[in-house]
Amino acid sequence: MADISSHSSQSLPIVKQKIGRDDWTMRAFMVVIAIYLVVALALPLYVMMSKSFETYRFELDRFEIQVDKGDGWSDVTTVAALNQQVNAIGADELATSSDGRLGITKLFPDFSFRSKTNYRLRNIAGSDAVFLIGSERVAHNEWVKLSSNDFRRVVLRPSPSTGFDNFRTYFSTPALFNSVYNSLAIAFIVTVITVSLAFAFAYALNRSCMRYKGVFRLIAMAPLLVPSLLPGIALVYLFGNQGMLKELMFGYSIYGPIGIIIGSVFFTFPHAMIIINTSLALSDARLYEAATSLRTPRFKIFRLITIPGARYGLISAAFVVFNLVITDFGLPKVIGGQFNVLAVDIYKQVIGQQNFQMGAVVSVVLLIPALIAFSVDRYIQKKQVALLSSRSVTYQPSPSKIFDRQMFAYCTVISLIIVTILAVCQYAALIKFWPYDLSLSLSNYAFDLMDGGGWDSYRNSIKLALLTAMFGTIVVFTGAYMVEKARGFENGRTVFQLLAMMPMAIPGMVLGLAYIFFFNNPANPFNFIYATMAILVVSTVTHFYTVSHLTAVTALKQMDNEFESVGASLKQPFYKVMGLVTVPVCLPAILDIWMYLFVNAMTTVSAVVFLYSSDTTLASVAVLNMDDAGDVAPAAAMGMMIFYTNVGARILHAGLSRLLLKKTQAWRMR
Amino acid sequence: MAEAQSTSGYLQIKNITKKFGEFTALDNISLDIHEGEFICFLGPSGCGKTTFLRAIAGLDIQTHGVIEQSGKDISTLPPSERDFGIVFQSYALFPNLKVRRNIAFGLENRGVSTPDINARVTELLELVGLPDQGDKFPAQLSGGQQQRIALARAIATKPGLLLLDEPLSALDAKVRVHLRHEIKELQANLGITTIMVTHDQEEALTMADRIVVMNHGVIDQVGTPIEIYTEPATAFVADFIGKMNFLPGQVAQSGHVKIGDISLAADTQGYAQGDEITVAVRPENIIVLEGTDKPENTVRVVVKAMEFLGSFYRATLISPKMGNVEFGADFSINMTRRTNIKLGDEVKIILPSERILVYPKGVKNG
Amino acid sequence: MKLIKKTTLASLFSGLMAGVAVFAMSSSMAVSAGELTVYTAVEAEDLKKYAAKFNEDYPDIKINWVRDSTGIVTAKLLAEKNNPQADVVWGLAATSLLLLKSEGMLEAYSPKGVEKLDKKFVDKSTPPAWVGMDAWVASVCYNTVEAAKNNLVPPKTWKDLTKPMYKGMLIMPNPNSSGTGFLDVSSWLQLFGEDGGWKYMDALHENIARYTHSGSKPCKLAAAGEIPIGISFAFRGAKSKAKGAPLEIIVPEEGVGWDMEATAIVAGTDNLKDAQTLVDWSITKKANVMYNAGYAVVAYPGVAKPVKFFPENLLEKMIPNDFEFAANNRKRILTEWQKRYDGKSDPK
Repeated sequence: MADISSHSSQSLPIVKQKIGRDDWTMRAFMVVIAIYLVVALALPLYVMMSKSFETYRFELDRFEIQVDKGDGWSDVTTVAALNQQVNAIGADELATSSDGRLGITKLFPDFSFRSKTNYRLRNIAGSDAVFLIGSERVAHNEWVKLSSNDFRRVVLRPSPSTGFDNFRTYFSTPALFNSVYNSLAIAFIVTVITVSLAFAFAYALNRSCMRYKGVFRLIAMAPLLVPSLLPGIALVYLFGNQGMLKELMFGYSIYGPIGIIIGSVFFTFPHAMIIINTSLALSDARLYEAATSLRTPRFKIFRLITIPGARYGLISAAFVVFNLVITDFGLPKVIGGQFNVLAVDIYKQVIGQQNFQMGAVVSVVLLIPALIAFSVDRYIQKKQVALLSSRSVTYQPSPSKIFDRQMFAYCTVISLIIVTILAVCQYAALIKFWPYDLSLSLSNYAFDLMDGGGWDSYRNSIKLALLTAMFGTIVVFTGAYMVEKARGFENGRTVFQLLAMMPMAIPGMVLGLAYIFFFNNPANPFNFIYATMAILVVSTVTHFYTVSHLTAVTALKQMDNEFESVGASLKQPFYKVMGLVTVPVCLPAILDIWMYLFVNAMTTVSAVVFLYSSDTTLASVAVLNMDDAGDVAPAAAMGMMIFYTNVGARILHAGLSRLLLKKTQAWRMR
Repeated sequence: MAEAQSTSGYLQIKNITKKFGEFTALDNISLDIHEGEFICFLGPSGCGKTTFLRAIAGLDIQTHGVIEQSGKDISTLPPSERDFGIVFQSYALFPNLKVRRNIAFGLENRGVSTPDINARVTELLELVGLPDQGDKFPAQLSGGQQQRIALARAIATKPGLLLLDEPLSALDAKVRVHLRHEIKELQANLGITTIMVTHDQEEALTMADRIVVMNHGVIDQVGTPIEIYTEPATAFVADFIGKMNFLPGQVAQSGHVKIGDISLAADTQGYAQGDEITVAVRPENIIVLEGTDKPENTVRVVVKAMEFLGSFYRATLISPKMGNVEFGADFSINMTRRTNIKLGDEVKIILPSERILVYPKGVKNG
Repeated sequence: MKLIKKTTLASLFSGLMAGVAVFAMSSSMAVSAGELTVYTAVEAEDLKKYAAKFNEDYPDIKINWVRDSTGIVTAKLLAEKNNPQADVVWGLAATSLLLLKSEGMLEAYSPKGVEKLDKKFVDKSTPPAWVGMDAWVASVCYNTVEAAKNNLVPPKTWKDLTKPMYKGMLIMPNPNSSGTGFLDVSSWLQLFGEDGGWKYMDALHENIARYTHSGSKPCKLAAAGEIPIGISFAFRGAKSKAKGAPLEIIVPEEGVGWDMEATAIVAGTDNLKDAQTLVDWSITKKANVMYNAGYAVVAYPGVAKPVKFFPENLLEKMIPNDFEFAANNRKRILTEWQKRYDGKSDPK
């Protein structure tokens, strides 16, 4: 028989399957969503990258100058040539930003604005080389005659070009460059603290028989429901100069690294807790049984079994926390004081100084640690999935009076801290004028009288959250479905998968800035969504795409792969299987995605802070702006509105899920 | 080759090759299947049988080659444009739809009226012997019942071809045996051309009209169960189906093989004198010489071990003259009682020449 | 469970794409005649009043406000340089408008009655690129309660603020992110000269607890007692004081920097006629009376009445501010400031 296979089949034509209507539809869907990701992610990032290389230089050879000291005009010379003679302007002064201005009187060491000297100046490069007389713009190529008093008012404007100048400036300006150290240091410290605290908490939930586990779990999740800058506001009320517990600071200031660290631990805690909790829950009880039967001491079990078993969870949690902290913008803005970090630098460059190019440079710098943290996390996640598939026995803790009490005490302390921070915000929101008039009042809820957009911003936030959740869930689930269930088209699917993973590595600030560059360009056909609710929805969906996508993919992977094959063999279109089977079966995951997007759309600040318009102010941004304007109590009030809204949405979601699941998941019950 | 039939079949597979990157899963396979036939693809895991089935279904299209179904070239058609029903190992019943809806799934949206669909579903439920289970969810049924529902769903649209991918492997032994008969009976009644993938030789032998034995992406043999069993075309087939002793030897002269010092009569057609070969004989074909006459191929052996297997003993035999190679023989209970063979006895056995198979050396050793 | 029909699927598909578009359409208003998109940094609570007063005279022109802080509005306008969305800027810092002017983004226009205004408040070009509304004057907010706790003496001059007594008791806005902050810095450079100015700031820096991002925050923090002294602007101080904060608003004797809120037409507006109408109205006496409700110093001479809680000597203490100097040296000053004071570890 072997002889049959001996001849080569290389030369034969490769059979290509005819692409059926279903395949076309699925590919079309996939392509549409891929295009969405390209437009909403890849292109803006590309534009932003190129923006960071967009430099501005004073091109001295584009200006010609003549002097008349009363004895007629001197020879025409370029400003560059003149500078070469007198060496008045250093090479480092020539690199500037878009709003750079260069006075040129220093080219004439004997300059006096009282002298009778006259000057003539002209540009020889068209509108690329402009100078100002005072605030008057001169863009034509004619000679302009100037008295010495007017010549004093002349400044040259830079011309755009491309290069590494911005990066050179960045790394040679300590005020900017120090932020890299600051950001890394803060992220590192917070990571260590949060992971330790969260590990102990998760350990208590998994390994003790203490009571009220459900309550503790619920409280630990609460920070997810508020904007990251809310703890900052609470810290001001607790430890600020008029703080309730000011003495506990022992004279240190809460404004700065201490405040950032405490606040960051608060808002990253639930993220770390969830991840570590999962990895602890997965560990194999049989190992513990074996160890106990060998009379291994408890701490040794902990060191040899518990920690190694949870190591992937710990590493993954560490990188997630690191990433969250280094990319967070709201908290350092509120409580960072003089302490500069990268994310705030972007804001300062763009909003404070209108230096978009430098903003882009900082974004690129911020992208690097975020990308590294992201890649390591992905790598770890893959390993953990391998662990997950092995069949293990769930650990059941046995009661131990002392240990359970200790754990209960620990969880109580952590929960109290979380509750206190939220309660302080609510209290502050109800005080009329802290600390001078402590009577209760609702005047801080008169948002319409404050900066930030008033009650409209709250309504806009709810609108954004609903739209994000709705469109996001449809887009994400459809995309995940196509990528999981389409046949063939491997390359397309790989590209799609890659695109879907990218948003997680992109800090919100960077995304927001990239959107300005990309969508605000009048030549961009998508320009029309700029300054609308749509761009907020698009940016938010994109910003939170990856986690939603992974949730959908995980749910889809649990489904029998042959459903689609059966559907095809029965000549039913794919969307019938999708609508009738896949979507109903995945409904729990779909509802989770919906909720995730809703909550995050309510709380996010970073991407949207660059993108909102006066019609689309948002509650989370209002918290930031009100705090920025010094209206701290109203900021706290708005922050708590977000919290209650999210709590309400959660409760509604739970009720709705139960109802829907009862209808659609009856088959789960035997 | 056995499958190279001249008459055109219902399903004609010509020179199918399937590659996954560098790995060749199917290597230039050709096969004809007749209308109404029950075909089993049999082979160890990884032999390419499921890949072959999926290529026929169009689920994983072949790299090269042509497939024709009732005269029509379907090589490049997507699954939805082919004519088949399929049952998977997992059954792939839609978990959130009730049994009736599962069966009706393929009947919907094709211009069949609702009463007709209902009637057809009822008919199918009766056909698979589950008339009362229509309003349950799949998870409320036993594995065997789910299997039958999956079958009902697959044949609901009366496809020309039924594909079964290891349909019984997830079931426990008793149910499996029972279902074998049911499926075979159903298939015979409906007359539907059926291909079943299995790694279970017993399943293949009891159900198939013809068995296609596959190994390493090629077909080793196609034939009726009896052909496959009695005349395995290759050492692989001989070994894979049933028990087989393999003894190293060489061709002594035409019609004779030599194992150790013993020369046995056997069909050596195709081999030259002196060729190194493997001699194969099934344990149940070894006969204990009870009389005193001395037919050909009689060998004196020692019983080295006897294992009681209920309806027979499996004895391990050894012969110094055959180079001390151990080989097995099945002794019926009756014969053993009659002859009182015990462990350590020296007995004479016959290796009937017409039951001795000869394969090239090294192709298959145990 | 209903079947998903083909039509539903199709609508799902198109809905996905169209949804984004539809939304955008609905929110990006189609500008018709009689509507003006006006960018502004005027306090949110005053906007409704401004529009209402204007509509008393011109009920047919609808104003669509786009409001944000000075920095953000400026950034927005610059970002939209090639595709301006605004028709008019009404109530933005003159420094910012100078920036826009030098980018060629303003439509020069001499509004009716411009000759009646104080010359200080009108752009020097003819026709002017912008016209001022009211002045926005730096001041020091001094919390008497907290000061008493810390045994502080109220400062009289800018130089007083460098006394060791005030160490850690001061907050001022960061000029890199706040227009008020820049106004302070540029006024000190004008008052004390380039070298003297930086020397002064070196000394001041020793006393500063921290720099804030926004210009009104130092005064609000002083009002809330977070810090005894906040360098901010008079308008903010007066508002906080009105709310009952124990504040004293101090105008340093050397003189104070100021900026003005001003109005300009954005070049390339497709509604020039209405834009001119609005700018014409914005310099009327009636408008100036309106500005006077919040600002003690307005462009129309003789209109200003003292505003409650505003320090009385404000007008005479305003330095002759050289806006051109400020605009043309802004980048240099900010870079220098950043080099000296920003990013240093906590100056406790």
